[in-house]
Amino acid sequence: MQKRQWIHGWLLVLPAMVFLLLFTHVPALTTIWNSFFSTPRGRRPSRFVGLDNYDRLFDDPVFWKVLGNNLWFALGTIPVSIALAIVMALFVNRAFTGRSLVRMAYFTPTVLPLIAVANIWLFFYTPGFGLIDQLLGAMGFGQTNLLGSPDTALAAIMAVTIWKEAGFFMIFYLAALQSIPPQLTEAARIEGADGWTIFRRVTFPLLMPTTLFVSINAVINSFRLVDHIFILTNGGPDNASSLLLFYIYETSFRYWDTAYGATLTVVMLALLCLLAIGQFFFFDRKVHYK
Amino acid sequence: MTRFDRWLANSGAILLGLLWILPLLYAIWTAVHPAEYEARFVLDAPLTLDNFAKAWAAAPFARYFLNTFTLVTAILIGQFVLCTLAAYAFARYRFAGRDVLFALVLLQLLVMPDILIVENYKMIRTLGLVDTITAIALPYIASGFGVFLLRQTFMTVPQELDDAARIEGAGTLAILWRVYVPLAKPTYLAYGLVSVSHHWNNFLWPLIVTNSVETRPVTVGLSVFSTTDSGIEWSVINAATLMTSGPLLIAFLLFQRQFVQSFMRAGIK
Repeated sequence: MQKRQWIHGWLLVLPAMVFLLLFTHVPALTTIWNSFFSTPRGRRPSRFVGLDNYDRLFDDPVFWKVLGNNLWFALGTIPVSIALAIVMALFVNRAFTGRSLVRMAYFTPTVLPLIAVANIWLFFYTPGFGLIDQLLGAMGFGQTNLLGSPDTALAAIMAVTIWKEAGFFMIFYLAALQSIPPQLTEAARIEGADGWTIFRRVTFPLLMPTTLFVSINAVINSFRLVDHIFILTNGGPDNASSLLLFYIYETSFRYWDTAYGATLTVVMLALLCLLAIGQFFFFDRKVHYK
Repeated sequence: MTRFDRWLANSGAILLGLLWILPLLYAIWTAVHPAEYEARFVLDAPLTLDNFAKAWAAAPFARYFLNTFTLVTAILIGQFVLCTLAAYAFARYRFAGRDVLFALVLLQLLVMPDILIVENYKMIRTLGLVDTITAIALPYIASGFGVFLLRQTFMTVPQELDDAARIEGAGTLAILWRVYVPLAKPTYLAYGLVSVSHHWNNFLWPLIVTNSVETRPVTVGLSVFSTTDSGIEWSVINAATLMTSGPLLIAFLLFQRQFVQSFMRAGIK
């Protein structure tokens, strides 16, 4: 009986495990392995090069630039989209006329492909013809070039990301808000607490598990969301708006330097693991589990 | 809350909603009007479907739609089958290595195939599948998220139902099909919507493994169409953009409640 349980269990998980191992775990390990080899070129096969790829990494100004960009991207998009998500959830968690329309408006960007979203935003940003310039022009201001100048390109990308993500995160906060017993806020109100105090002392702490979940998602997304860069800036000008995954793509599939691409991926994997662990411990002390 | 506070919050909510929907409304405006009205917002601007017709004629969108449709269907079926089997084992079977395997499943929530593009491309090349729809689907059909979600649902199914079916002589797969799957229908709907919208929108991996009209999904098709410098008008690109997001957007508007609840359900678990 015990043995049959074993065999059945293994048979049931086997198909899923094969594909998981084949396309997630094995590639993650071969990424590390291949980062110690050179890229095969023409008739020259790849050979063991030790830490050469990592030496190159440390001396690669583009890598540091892109890593810095990704850091700013994360710092800029995560807190803002989470704050907006909470505001949105609080807004639509009350009854008023047009509530479902407003909720729909917040959520719609989530169902649009990021690549399509980028096309739409390109209209806003284009110098001269774009909506932003047309409006500024009508008010008597000169032309802008938000995507074309190194100072603003990343911020322009971030704005699109925030617009896309906030409504998605709102859903989770909305679900969490609906599970908070109304007696708690009621009690605080009777005690004479004002709206802000209730939010700060009652609602927000109860939302902490959601914030943990959402922020882990947001961190993963800050590494993963690069589709719009292809349309809006192509990483430019001068890598000002390039992110780590975009650089991995460029290195591996435009210059076909797959060994260096693997090395960059190792950095990404390490960062993801560190951040996930760090976040877990950081929040663990602050999260109030029900 | 005073009446003024309430009024303030409501107007804030509506203003933010308008701001959020504005880009989409603007895209719709340019797509249904002639190019001259791109930035002239007058009520008597003539409506036209020319932009859609031009976009449809300028690139093989019909083929792209067929590809995307095949892709999301294949992924959905694959995910449902593989994740159901694995989730059942993790929820109800005791076997050596179960916890280690489950940890490996959860690891995929962090290390997604999306970021392992270099090695996954090599794998697909080794399998000789470059430029096929199968290649786009393969890395995603075993989904850690799906296994986790279904396991959580299956664990809430009363063990007595399982035992009763077993006493009546039903086999493992029959029990799974007749007892567990029907009870998990809302989870399947939720997961299905999340999966379809995710893979409809996916771009980077399909961009890497496809290079022909016969395999490209709409997202890649759209980027090829809108980045070729052949003087295509904004309004036509916008029409194409709306077209590619159209089916998903319409489905979303029709099933808004289910969509929102699905994403919630998928998130809470």
